[in-house]
Formats: sequence, structure tokens, C-alpha cells
Amino acid sequence: MSLIRLAGIARVFHLGDSVVHALNGLDVSIEAGEYVAIMGPSGSGKSTLLNLLGLLDRPDAGSYRLEGRDVTTLSPDEQAAVRSLRIGFVFQSFHLVPRLTAAENVALPMMLAGIPAAERAKRVAQALKDFGLDQRADHRPDQLSGGQRQRVAIARATIMQPAVLLADEPTGNLDRATGDDVINLLEALNQRGMTLIVVTHDQKIGGRARRQLMMEDGELKFDSARQAPAAG
Amino acid sequence: MRTVDVLRFARDAATGYPLRTFLSVLAMAIGVAAVVVLTALGDGARRYVVEQFSALGSNLVIVLPGRSATGGFSPANALTTTPRDLTIDDAFALTRLPSVRRVAPLTAGNSEINANGRLREVVVAGTASTYLDIRSFKMAAGSFLPEGDWNRGLPVAVIGSKIKEEIFGSAPAVGELIRLGDRRLRIVGVLKSVGQGLGMNTDEVVFVPAGVAQSLFNTNTLFRILIEARSRDEIEAVKREVAAALKARHGGEEDTTVITQDAVLATFDKLLRALTAAVAGIAAISLAVAGILVMNVMLVAVTQRTGEIGLLKALGARGTTIRDAFMAEAAMLSLVGALTGYGLGLFGAFVLRQVYPVFPAYPPDWAVIAALVTALSTGLLFGIMPARRAARLDPVQALMKH
Ligand SMILES: Nc1ncnc2c1ncn2[C@@H]1O[C@H](COP(=O)(O)OP(=O)(O)OP(=O)(O)O)[C@@H](O)[C@H]1O
Ligand SMILES: [Mg+2]
Repeated sequence: MSLIRLAGIARVFHLGDSVVHALNGLDVSIEAGEYVAIMGPSGSGKSTLLNLLGLLDRPDAGSYRLEGRDVTTLSPDEQAAVRSLRIGFVFQSFHLVPRLTAAENVALPMMLAGIPAAERAKRVAQALKDFGLDQRADHRPDQLSGGQRQRVAIARATIMQPAVLLADEPTGNLDRATGDDVINLLEALNQRGMTLIVVTHDQKIGGRARRQLMMEDGELKFDSARQAPAAG
Repeated sequence: MRTVDVLRFARDAATGYPLRTFLSVLAMAIGVAAVVVLTALGDGARRYVVEQFSALGSNLVIVLPGRSATGGFSPANALTTTPRDLTIDDAFALTRLPSVRRVAPLTAGNSEINANGRLREVVVAGTASTYLDIRSFKMAAGSFLPEGDWNRGLPVAVIGSKIKEEIFGSAPAVGELIRLGDRRLRIVGVLKSVGQGLGMNTDEVVFVPAGVAQSLFNTNTLFRILIEARSRDEIEAVKREVAAALKARHGGEEDTTVITQDAVLATFDKLLRALTAAVAGIAAISLAVAGILVMNVMLVAVTQRTGEIGLLKALGARGTTIRDAFMAEAAMLSLVGALTGYGLGLFGAFVLRQVYPVFPAYPPDWAVIAALVTALSTGLLFGIMPARRAARLDPVQALMKH
């Protein structure tokens, strides 16, 4: 059983009179523990695909099975529960809550899930230590460097031990060295068994993934797992 | 999400934006303070009037001979002649009723006073020692009529301040002998000036024991019986008991009328209560305005924090959790505002009392409760719309706004 199985996925946006096929007849399967890079030109549908995978958006057609379960038909609250327990997000612009400290930002998913404060404190302390942030626990985001912010965001994304980590251009706002650190961190998590899906423009970073998906005009042009690059 | 966490999250969000939090708290506080201070003023006016009346003897119940169709009290009918069928024994019997504190018989008539070489027409009131306390009169000199058998009066008199002034000037009057009609009486006391009351100017009255007055006017009936109830609450009980007792004594005949000064007071009380309520209603408008301000502040908060809302959704927050967090924030703004306003209002009332010590400017409980409940419910009511808007935000769109 695949972790993720997409079949005939389509996502259409209507902008006035024009219709944008952001995703068009997409069939992809991703196994648990894989390391996948999604690449392609701007506007090719990478973010749209990632949002669908993260249940932030619904497809207009097709089916999405996560761990064997059809998740497109779930109610909003059930989808929220899946996001809480099975999915972690890392964003290009970090998306930390500015008034909360690093520790409080990391604790946010556990707080939303209703985990008691004592348990939260224990797990946050461990996570901050694992990510080399234990000296920064009480700092607010504006007191942290970009790399530190993204590490806080990754700690937050993984604190609920999700099945899959979705990262949309996680190094887009970082310099090369800091970006490499972040990628190393994500790869270390993947080596410990977490499924990792990274959207990136960066050929070098994309090349490090074990599997590459090339998007173009909402369609999958190339999947290194199939070893059959499509023509054009 | 746990309730404590929702509240803590909302609190941190509110304190994270101090200016807008301060402004909405201030608006709410001003609204509540206005209600508290204005109702304190209105209710203070009511209490002031009630206290003034109480000083005149608001627990007073009066028995008139004869059956009155209206039962209303007016100074005019207090002096009209009526069938004289109340006796001193009737009055004395009423002293034993449970809700009655004091009873004073009253018989009245005109006579001439002759003293210190001067002659003057006066109103003579025949009563008993209890009259002083029932009417809350004060003595300027000497003492009031002595206690003793109401039917056998001693030859003594108490004079009003104006009579004392006209006959004795600044010389002491107590101990002097006067001639009243064909009686020789000794003055035992002089009343302090009190002015008008119950249809006669007390300062121009000569008080003598009821028995003396009856023999002076050659009658054995009473003009009035004055009764003081044990408390305001017992006035109605006194009315009932007195009516029943007199009916029994008069062979089942209802030939007396029992009235209360409280009826007049009740009208004033009602009027001033209505005034206070109206003032409170006007002040409550400022609470509604404050509620609308809270709504706008929360709408701004939702716009300001759209990215954060998208993030919370991505992290697994349900729509209801986000709605609750924003509602809790609106409720906190209102609650803190209401409590601050309550404190400010109490302080304002305190200042009023310091400036006008005779004026009991205390906010009535109902107004305080109504103000706090209105503040909280408008805050919550106007918080619903922004909170629902936050809960319904599309997470992808929201995340793009950063
Ligand atoms: N909410 C929306 N409304 C209308 N059109 C949209 C919306 N979201 C995306 N699109 C369109 O769908 C297409 C795919 O967008 P998407 O954001 O997935 O591209 P992308 O591959 O992530 O691009 P980039 O590399 O620039 O981030 C684009 O043409 C975009 O304009
Ligand atoms: Mg994108």
C-alpha cells in the first residue's frame, strides 16, 4: 500500500472568463519513507499539488488516498485531524507567529491537538535540543536568524511525528550555506523514516532527492521512478 | 484544543496588539462607567427624596373617623370636620397590635392663649408623649408631654417655636404659667421649629395632654389617631390590623379610614426609579457603540492575522477552534473593559459622594448587573461575525497573505 496515491487529479481555477488548469490528470504514487523533489517552471502547479497533498485544498476531480484512505471525501474537521496527526508543513517564508517564542511556536500543533501542557513542554525541550535551538527557546522570531527560523518551523512541522513532511521551497528565503544546513536537516529526518516531499526551483537541491517529479502546465512531465522522461 | 489553551492564546493575541486592545477596552470601560455613574446619580436622587420623607415619618399610618370613599390623603381633608366617633380608648387599644411601634391620639381645636400679658388665637392639639417621636420633632427647651394615663391629663403644655417667640421673646418659657381657654397650664417644653406638616403649622400649635384638650373642647372623641409602623415593610400590616381592630371595637361597623403617607412617597419613588432607568437606557447606548467598536477591532484583527489563521489551519486547527479563539479574545476585551468601567464608575460615584455628602450616590445593583451583562453580551454578539469570518477563511488563500 502506497502512502500517497493520486489518480486523475485535476484542479481548475476560474479567473473571470479564463480557466486555469493548475493540475490536469495527475497520477502519482509515493511510498512511505521516500524522498521526492517536485520541480518545474513557475506556474506549473507545484504549490497547488503540495496544497492538495496537505489537504489544504480539494481537487475538482480524481481521488487521493492517504495511507489507503480516501481523504477527499472527509469533512473539514476530519481533514483538520489528518493535518494535525499525519502531515507536517514547512513554508518558504517560515510562517512563525511573531508574538510567540520559539518554544511556543514549536508547541503550537500540540496545543491545537489538545495535548496537556506538561507533555508539550517535555517534547518541545527535546525537539529544540535535537535542532540545536535550546539556547533560543525564549526568543521571538524577530530575534532569530533566517536559518534558525526555518529550523524552528521544521521542529514545529515534525513535533507531532507526521507520516509526511511537505516543504514548499524551504530554502527560498535563505542563502546557500544556510539553505544547505536546512536541507541536511530535512534529509536527516528522511533517513529516520519520515517521508519527505520538497518543492524547489534549485536543480542542485532537487538533484539530491532520490526521486524527481518534473511538472509543466499542471501535468507530470517526468518521474524519475518511472525512468521514462516524456517527450517535449 | 483545551479551554485553558484557547483562553491563553486569546490573551496573548490581545496583549500582542496593545493599542487596539487599549482602545476597545477604553470604549467599553467608558460605556459601563457612564451607566454606573448616571444610575448612581438617579438612584441617589431617589434615596435623597425617600430619606427626606422618612425624616417626616414615612412609617406613618393615620386613622380618620368616618368612611372615606377615596381613602386618599390630602392636607385639606386633615382639618375638615368628620363624625367624631374615635375615642382615646380606641387609640390605646391599637398600641397592643403586633406591627405597631407607637400610637398617638390627636384631638384638635382653636382656642385663645393668654400669657405674659399677651393674648393670641392658637390651634390646640391634644395628644400624648408618643407624638414627639412619631413626628420626629425635637425639643428646643424642656421636655415634651409626660407619659401617663391618656384620659387623665396633667395641666401642662408644650408650645411651638413661633408662639414662644411672640409671647415670651427671648425670655425662657419653660416653667411659665399660661391660660388656655378656661384652663391654667404650666409650660414644660418648647419645640424646635419644624414648619408645615400634616396641614398645620406646628410652630403655632400648643400641645396639651389629650384628656385636657377633650375637657377644654367638651368632647370625648378624637380627631385623628397617628400610628408608627415598626418598619416600612409593616405599613400594610398595620393598615390591616388597625382596620380590623377598630371594626371589632365598633361592633363590626367600618366607620373609620386608615391612610398612609407612604402612598405619596411611593409615587415619588416610582417616578425617580423610572427616571433612573431612562438615564441607564441612554447610557447603555454607549455600550452598544462600544460593542460595535469591539467588532471593528476584531475585524481588523482577522485581517491583520490572516496569515496566522491559515497557518493554524495548516497545523490542524478546526474552524471551530479558530472561531472560539477569536470569540474568547472579543469576550476578554469586553470583560476587561466592563470591569475597568465598573471600577471607574464606582470611583466616580465615590467622588460625587465626597463633593455632595448629603447625596447618597450609590449605583443600584440592578444597574451594575445590567451594565456588565450588556457589555459582555454586546462584546460577544459583535465578536461572532469576525470570529466566523476567521473560521471560514480558505487556508491556501490565507497562507499567501503574509
Ligand atoms: N487561487 C488561485 N486562483 C487562480 N489561479 C490560481 C490560484 N492558485 C494558483 N493559480 C494558478 O494555478 C497555476 C499553478 O500555480 P502554482 O502556485 O501551483 O504554481 P507553482 O508551480 O507553485 O509556481 P511557483 O514556482 O511560481 O511557485 C498558476 O497558473 C496560477 O496562476
Ligand atoms: Mg509555488
